[in-house]
Amino acid sequence: MKKLGVFVCHCGINISSMVDVEDVAEYAKGLDGVEFSTDYKYMCSDVGATLIKESIKEHDLGGVVVACCSPRMHEHTFRKVTKDGGVNAYNLEIANIREQCSWAHDNKVRATEKAKALVRAAAIKALMDESLESSRTKVTPEALVVGGGIAGIQAALDLADTGYRVHLVEKEPSIGGKMSQLDKTFPTLDCSSCILTPKMMEVYNHPRIDLLTYSEIESVEGSIGNYNVKVRKKPRYIDTDKCTGCTDCVSACRMKDRVDNEFNFNMNKRSAVYMTFPQAIPLKTTIDPDSCLYLRFGKCGDGPLCVEACEVGAIDFDQKEEILELNVGSIIVATGYDLVDGAALYEYGYDNYRDVITTLELERLISSSGPTAGKVLCPSNGEAPKSVTFILCVGSRDETQCSWCCRIGCMSALKHVYLLKEKLGKDSEINICYTDIRSFGKGYEEFYGRIRKEANFFRGRPSEVRMKGDGLKMDVFDTTTGKLLEIATDMVVLVPALVPRTDSDTIARALNISRSGDGFFLEAHPKLRPMDTFTNGIFIAGCCQAPKDIQDTVAQASGAAARASVILSKDELENDPLVAAVDPDICAGCGICVEVCPYKARTLNDWTKIAEVDEALCEGCGACVIACPSNASIHRNFTKQQIMQMVDNIL
Amino acid sequence: MGEFEPKIVGFLCNWCSYTGADLAGTSRIQYPPNIRVIRVMCSSSVDPIYIVRALMEGADGVLIGGCHPGDCHYINGNYKARRRVVLLKNILGTLGLEEERVWIRWVSASEGQKFADTVTEMVDTIKKLGPNPIPTRWDI
Ligand code: FES
Repeated sequence: MKKLGVFVCHCGINISSMVDVEDVAEYAKGLDGVEFSTDYKYMCSDVGATLIKESIKEHDLGGVVVACCSPRMHEHTFRKVTKDGGVNAYNLEIANIREQCSWAHDNKVRATEKAKALVRAAAIKALMDESLESSRTKVTPEALVVGGGIAGIQAALDLADTGYRVHLVEKEPSIGGKMSQLDKTFPTLDCSSCILTPKMMEVYNHPRIDLLTYSEIESVEGSIGNYNVKVRKKPRYIDTDKCTGCTDCVSACRMKDRVDNEFNFNMNKRSAVYMTFPQAIPLKTTIDPDSCLYLRFGKCGDGPLCVEACEVGAIDFDQKEEILELNVGSIIVATGYDLVDGAALYEYGYDNYRDVITTLELERLISSSGPTAGKVLCPSNGEAPKSVTFILCVGSRDETQCSWCCRIGCMSALKHVYLLKEKLGKDSEINICYTDIRSFGKGYEEFYGRIRKEANFFRGRPSEVRMKGDGLKMDVFDTTTGKLLEIATDMVVLVPALVPRTDSDTIARALNISRSGDGFFLEAHPKLRPMDTFTNGIFIAGCCQAPKDIQDTVAQASGAAARASVILSKDELENDPLVAAVDPDICAGCGICVEVCPYKARTLNDWTKIAEVDEALCEGCGACVIACPSNASIHRNFTKQQIMQMVDNIL
Repeated sequence: MGEFEPKIVGFLCNWCSYTGADLAGTSRIQYPPNIRVIRVMCSSSVDPIYIVRALMEGADGVLIGGCHPGDCHYINGNYKARRRVVLLKNILGTLGLEEERVWIRWVSASEGQKFADTVTEMVDTIKKLGPNPIPTRWDI
């Protein structure tokens, strides 16, 4: 039988003040298989580690039990110590007598009693532990970036510049994301497209970036180092090798100026064949199958005018959807955000009054490539507004909608004040109804100081926006002066909450990553692993994780790229050996485990009709072990015999 | 002998409930020491046999802790666990045991307080039920 050593840690006084550690160590000497037992002030210190290593040699130990803090803290440390001591690392067990004992209880007698029980259970498990070796997976030194907004662009460029091949998948016909819809950025008032377009070009021309626009993730299989991804490439009906981006087809289209232009929030019309925006990358047109007469009805007048107009013959109505298969070592998800749905904004009349718009719509009105060529005009009558009122925190910080802060609303409204004063003249009236002005970033407070004098600030949320006479009106109770005011205005700009994208659950499911209660993707640790997910090898960046501004998004994207490089820079990865296995002598080939496995790690061998486990895919949940009706399925070092023995001993 | 102190075996999943239990300790939230925890990777790896074994060996209660529905680290393990526990509860009666001796609860990694409250509540409930009768029965 294996000889065990038990090492009880005082953790300073964290454990020893509530658990009689000497008593526990003494008690452990009487347990089955225990050859040696002792206690020490800090087992995780160098001296503690040496104590363990030397005891292994001296007493010829085959297993180690450390009674200390949670295995989530120091399992890793003590596995290494065990290995350095000359014993296979998987013969280590930890009894959690700090978090789940000394810190949680206030009766020393009972806490000591419990600590003994925990040591008993850990010792019996250690006695039955098997020595395990990790298998290895080769790492594919390529990355997938999902989402081609500024986060995805930054992550893709960083990874490609580091030397890895990157596949950048974007759902829309062009990369650029929400940032391409902005006119200026706060607080520096940089022109958004002037700073974004060069990066988009860089992506397009990068020898190591494979740009897949108008494409979506279909499925993801595999695990860290070796993910197999299927990408669905939608047909553009344009041969992108031939298209020169001249947009002659756009002007020729029979549906010209008849299709809602979603890039400009339907404030103007486009053709059925279109270029999303003038700086689009790739600079290729796309035919929208929902509005193209030829694609819908098989007929477009005497023949499609775009075909006639295109000198290079790039129109190709026969294009079909394609499924591409990629193999990558790591994945970065940067799918961005949505604005809260207009229906949620009903009290502010978003659906009823045309002059109630959102900040992003205002961005398009201000932009010189927008529907009004940069003139700020009321959508209802085409006249310049003399008064514009902003309502902040629409749907944000609101228990009935989104409890969180959108982090960009205050600053974007302040930026708009500046831009509107420029466009509408110094004496135009601008009102801001706010909850708090949150100007937390570098240079933000200074910017706020500048703008504060330019607009009227009311601290309060208006109850509703109504049409009275020929103008928009609202009541707001200003909590700084304690007065109820009525504001009459020509245009209302809502600053809506940022919410997870509507397809975020589909993405989460395809990638097997978690979402937090608010629906955004969940980071593995809010402070220490903000770009990691719980699925190894998959990272998140930008607003898909939580609302944030461009500077934070870019920082997080570079961070995610660095995290991904840690994986991609390795030739091989060690797989955790605590996975499932099959006893081929007992397996009857029923296949229940194959169905139960959430990772497709189990298959029935065609020849032997016996279940097999792909160790690289198995995550070690143990579900298959319980499902197996004949006990042929084994969870290594979590075997049924081990757990049953633990149950007997822990009582 | 003093007051009846129930013995409770906890099977907590590594990713949520076990971490939640750790957090209770880290936050120094106190709960009765009656619970003794066995860490499993996922609630789906708790074989109903473990629960029965614990009860046969004299545990007065068994707590299975998993991630909240939809949050299982292994996608859907907690749903599997829930189904198994429901089935098991159906047969507890035939052993002469009350259903309330077996609890399945969702405790996330951030719910230290909830873990402590759950244990406190469970200890109270089982104190009312009294000791597990099985060890004193000779027929099973
Ligand atoms: S990992 Fe917590 S229930 Fe599956």
